Amino acid sequence: MRSHHDMGGLPAGTVEIKEHDYAHWEKRVDALMVLLSAPERRMLRVDELRRNIEGLGPDAYETMSYYERWIAAITKTLLERGVLSSDELGRKIEAVRAREKIP
Amino acid sequence: MSEADALAPRFRPGDPVRVRRADPPGHLRTPWYIRGRSGVIERLCGAYANPEELAFNRPGYPRQPLYRVRFRQPELWPDYSGAASDTVEVEIYQHWLEPGIKP
Amino acid sequence: MSAPTDRHEHHDHDHPHRHPPRADSDDRLGYYQLMEIAVRELLTEKGIITQEDVRRAIETMDARTPAHGALIVARAWVDSAYKARLLRDADTAIGEVGVAQGAYKLIVVENTQHLHNLVVCTLCSCYPRFVLGLPPDWYKSRAYRSRAVREPRAVLREFGTIVPDDVEVRVHDSTADMRYLVLPERPGGTSGMSEAALAELVTRDSMIGVARARDPA
Repeated sequence: MRSHHDMGGLPAGTVEIKEHDYAHWEKRVDALMVLLSAPERRMLRVDELRRNIEGLGPDAYETMSYYERWIAAITKTLLERGVLSSDELGRKIEAVRAREKIP
Repeated sequence: MSEADALAPRFRPGDPVRVRRADPPGHLRTPWYIRGRSGVIERLCGAYANPEELAFNRPGYPRQPLYRVRFRQPELWPDYSGAASDTVEVEIYQHWLEPGIKP
Repeated sequence: MSAPTDRHEHHDHDHPHRHPPRADSDDRLGYYQLMEIAVRELLTEKGIITQEDVRRAIETMDARTPAHGALIVARAWVDSAYKARLLRDADTAIGEVGVAQGAYKLIVVENTQHLHNLVVCTLCSCYPRFVLGLPPDWYKSRAYRSRAVREPRAVLREFGTIVPDDVEVRVHDSTADMRYLVLPERPGGTSGMSEAALAELVTRDSMIGVARARDPA
């Protein structure tokens, strides 16, 4: 069965010829990917990230932006590798939420 | 990593090949639109660790020969509306290729 | 994909003016932006990365622009021996104009009067970042990834590029470890121009293959 990310040849609409200037948080996600996959760390491989992006499911392409998919995949990969735990991620996200006063 | 870690190339530029019509789960880099299709080896790119294995944090050895394979567009798409000479070239790992029939 | 508040069309990047990144709007931090902050802070606390690492990585990323690719193309236009080296072994040849090799092997494909090349990654968004910088949104879009291999001439028309039927359109699907740079045809009326002036005509879109290089003014 064709996986949802394997799009070559599928019908689609016209190409929306647009681009946006990358937001700083998006560049930080990209930086994380580059830093973590660098030879001196090897904490993840681009192939693991791709697998985890594919694993987000077909809806992810409609509901998440490109870098949202990347940070979700980076986090999942770090969880798999045992670099981060769900517990510490959960606590840190709540701490950031409180600090930034986000309900 | 020494050259001994790579599988020997089976194909040379100009050889007709066919992409295997397999459909396994996992992280694959052989696009759906060329599965089962016939093309010609354009060049050997070198030997690289298998991304299907790298995606699960396995080393992906022995390294697989990677080829660029040229396909003729009218043969890929039933109602191709471009020029008869149009082509697509795709990078494909050796384990996805079998010998094709000389046209 | 969120829209910037002030957007202007970029059909080509013919001069490397930089846009300031959109400021993060802290009052609308989404879940994934929170995740990015959390991951970065945890990794920093564990000593895996430093803030300086992140800053430098972004600086390196920002320094890579299509101007690098344009230098390579302009040199190939004026020096046929260089062009031959570039087509044979791009990773080494780009060093001759001061462009650093990337993590992936570069293949340069040449447009001629008989051949027009177009690059896509149908499976994700592989792009020759080390010579072109970050890719435009449209390159990563469903429509481009689906249709570039299936109906390249229609896609090219949407970019305003018409390729006659006696010219082969060759699409390169960047599925594995290679990255591709299109060497566009040198425009007419450019003889005697300096390399620097020629580089100004080489647009990012012409190096992806959706457009031709600009004509001289």
